[in-house]
Order: sequence, then C-alpha cells, then structure tokens
Amino acid sequence: MARIMTLKEAVADLVRDGDTVAMEGFTHLIPYAAGHEVIRQKRTGLTIIRMTPDILYDQLIGMGCVDKIVFSWGGNPGVGSLHRMRDAVEKQWPKPLAIEEHSHAAMANAYEAGASGLPCAIFRGYRGVDLVDVNPNIKSITCPFTGETLAAVPSIRPDVTIIHANKADRAGNVLIEGIVGVQKEAVLAAKRSIVTVEEIVDELNPPSPNSTVLPGWTVSAVVAVPGGAHPSYVHGAYERDNAFYKRWDDIARERDSFQEWMRANVLEKGPEAYAVYATKKA
Amino acid sequence: MDYTSTEMMTVAAARALGNDDVCFVGIGLPSAACNLARLTHAPDITLIYESGTIATKPEVLPLSIGDGELCETALTTVSVPEMFRYWLQGGRISIGFLGGAQIDKHGNINSTVIGPYDDPKVRLPGGGGAPEIATSAEQIFVVMKQGPRGFVDKLSFRTSLGHGEGYDDRQKKGVTTKGPGLIVTDLCIMKPDPVSKEFKVVSIHPGITREQIVAATGWPIQFADTVEETVVPTSVELEALRALNARTAAAHGDQA
Repeated sequence: MARIMTLKEAVADLVRDGDTVAMEGFTHLIPYAAGHEVIRQKRTGLTIIRMTPDILYDQLIGMGCVDKIVFSWGGNPGVGSLHRMRDAVEKQWPKPLAIEEHSHAAMANAYEAGASGLPCAIFRGYRGVDLVDVNPNIKSITCPFTGETLAAVPSIRPDVTIIHANKADRAGNVLIEGIVGVQKEAVLAAKRSIVTVEEIVDELNPPSPNSTVLPGWTVSAVVAVPGGAHPSYVHGAYERDNAFYKRWDDIARERDSFQEWMRANVLEKGPEAYAVYATKKA
Repeated sequence: MDYTSTEMMTVAAARALGNDDVCFVGIGLPSAACNLARLTHAPDITLIYESGTIATKPEVLPLSIGDGELCETALTTVSVPEMFRYWLQGGRISIGFLGGAQIDKHGNINSTVIGPYDDPKVRLPGGGGAPEIATSAEQIFVVMKQGPRGFVDKLSFRTSLGHGEGYDDRQKKGVTTKGPGLIVTDLCIMKPDPVSKEFKVVSIHPGITREQIVAATGWPIQFADTVEETVVPTSVELEALRALNARTAAAHGDQA
C-alpha cells in the first residue's frame, strides 16, 4: 500500500546508490522535482533508464550521479543536443558514461514485458540497422509457429521507478490523464516506486472511467509536489515551458554555467520551489 | 510572392500527402510539412505522433513530440507501448515521415552518431521511433536540407533501413513494406529507381541548377530521364505556412 510521504523521506527510503532507476514521462509529466531530490541526496552509481532522456537526465549526468544510461532518444526536443550527456559520452566529464541504446519500440515493449512478468520482449523490429551490432542486449528469436525472425530484448525491471502524475487520493490511488506515455508500465515493472502528484485529494473523480489509474497497492510512495513536473507540464494544470527548454541549451553548454545553475536552482532549493509553477494555469 | 528555400521544401513535402493518409509524424521539418498539408489540401489527413496522439490537429507546431497541444486536439491518446504495438507494428500507418542527420543514395538514414559509435565525433539524439517506423509504415517519405555533410556516400551509422544496399535487399532482410519512396530537399525532389532503388532527382526547385545539386550530394547523383521543375509555392500555401510559423513562434516564447 502506498505511503504518503515527503519527497525527502521517499527518496531517502526508496532510491539507493547503484540502483537502476527509471524516471519516466514522455515529454508530459516528467518528475523534475523528484529527480532534483535525487541529486540533492547525492545518489551515485545509478543506471538511469528512460525512453526520452531530456534535461532532467542531462542534470543527473552532469552532477555525477550516473554510471550508465539506457535510452532510445536522448536530446532536448526541438532544440538540439543534451550538452552534459554529450560531454560525458565524448569527453568523460564528470565521469565516463556507459550507454545502452535501443529504439522506442524496443523500450516500450521491454517495459510492457517487465510489467507482465516476462523475461523478454518480442517484437518486429531492428531490421537492417546497426544498433544490433553495438548493443549485445538486442537478439533475435524465431516464431515457433510461422518461422518469422523477430527481435528480442530483455524486459526492463527497474529497482525503482519515479513518475509525476496529475493527482492521487489519500489511499494512494494515482490518476494520470493527457499523454500517458509509458508511466503505468514503468511503475508496474519496478520493484519500488515513487509517484509525485500535483495534489492529493479526498476523491479522485476521474474525468472518464478510462483515465489511467494505478491502484495504491501497486505504488510504494505518493508525494504531493505541486508544480513538480516543471519545465515539463501537467495536462489541465500548466503548460510545457518551451522557452525554458530553449534556455537550457545555453545554460548546459558550458560546465561552469551548468554548475552555477544547479547550485542556485537545485542544491540550494527544495521541492517547495516548484509551487510557483503549479499556479500558472494553462 | 517571394519565398525561401525552406518554404519551398516544406510546401513540396506537404504536397506529397493526401487526405486519406495516416501519417506517423517526426518532429521538426516533417511535422511542419504534415501540418501544412492538413491546413491546405488535406484537411482530413490523420496525423499520429509517437507520444500517443491519434488524429491530432494542432494549431501551432509542437516543439517536442509530446506537447500538450497534440493531446488536447487529438481524437484520442493512447499509451506509448500501444502506439508502437497496435498502430505502427499492427500496420495501420500509410506514411512514415522522417528526417535525419545523414542519408545515403538508397534512403538509409543516420540519426545516431557521426564518426565511430564508441568514439563519436558528434553524438546525435539517436533513433527514437525511426528504426521501426522505417520498416513498419507502409511507405516512407523523407524531408531534409541537402548538403554534402548530410547526403553522404557512406553513413557513419545506419539508424533506420531504407533500401539497404539497393535492389531487393529490403525484402532479403525480411521487410515487406515499401520503404522510402520520396526525398524532398531545399533543392529538389528525388524518387528511387524502380529496379536499383537508388534515388534520382525527378524535380528541381525553381532557380536551382544541376551543378548545385551535384555539389550538395556526397555520391554521384543521378537525374531521371525527365526532370521537372517544381511548381512554386502558391500564395495560399505560403500564407498558411507563415501563419503557422508565426503562431508557433509566439506560443513557444520566441520573438515573432
């Protein structure tokens, strides 16, 4: 059953050095506040997993929390490169970064296989491409019925998955609406999970019976962090801060300006600093 | 009306799409072309973004593949695993519209690294949805600015399959879809030879010379027997594109 906790308690209790951590969010609902708490608590040796690592993973990598990244598209969407990730890959700063690279289809299937309790995911993919030659975790399997050769990748089973969601009730049931991404699968695939939400309410009152709900008993911790997805966004609450995504390109380009921004905006602040974004109704 | 080479490219790419197409849209130039088609001659085109939005009709171009605008204007939004399993792998997509950093004469695309994979000169974002879009969508269209660094004789890395080594290489690899059928650039339009599957120039944009195209291409580019001149953008097309770009700039916090 989900425990209602503070962000500091939840990260201290559930995220450990050396863990495999998925902080998912497909552009929408990216758990920035929780990721910043991981940085403040100085977790090290992490393997971070995400289909679309963007600024948050750039920050974790640049602050030295990460040994390895598993991903399928790493960039600042619509803007360009992740300069901290590139610095780690190309120049080993602040330390070397191991990469395991996939396609979106592979990772989406691998999360689904993880949530399904399967050892691997099977799909029609990776045909005629070079990723197969550089990632030993891409293999093939023959369909026992048709003989068709299909791609196989190991399922994703994170030690801990962290997501941000629209709201939760006091029993820890979680509501997600808008672009739902791969968050439900990522939570159900993980051993432990933290869900930060915009608000905790008495009654969820989903907008439709089909809105994505994670029952409280599938989640380890629920934390109220209003605005906690900024500069990502929350459907119906606040918009994606596209101007910040563009500004990040300058901030992250140089090591000094990156470290200064992290000191002022992450290390010397707490999750309450996000509250200002929650009130900016789209 | 005067127009830029980027406007010519976007308009030419948009014209390739039809009202009945179900189009898996890449971000950037493909997204601009697909939405321009929707705002002009193909109002009922179905645009699908890999973030899960189906039949979206954004007022402004999304900066990312998952901007809220895409979900709010969509018929429905599904999870990302469902998008890749049921809709793409399930064979529901008629056109996959892609871009990339490098392309070769057979329409194979690189968006992963420039230089060796383990010691890259430039680390690019990676393939995202492209490897499976390239093989599961019924047909692929590509829109890219043309230059010798992008149109290369040999890719640093093959992120997504075009026609492989040409001829029936795609079928030999077990792929049953058609693959790349069109490349639109800021200089010209190319289509694959029916047999060798090597891309040839079939239409040249007004004011562009064959020499410019040769200089902008890293392989000995071939021209079709009959090469047309691309029809200039109409005022309707240009006005729709410029209004779209102005709305987009204002929405994303740019100086308009």
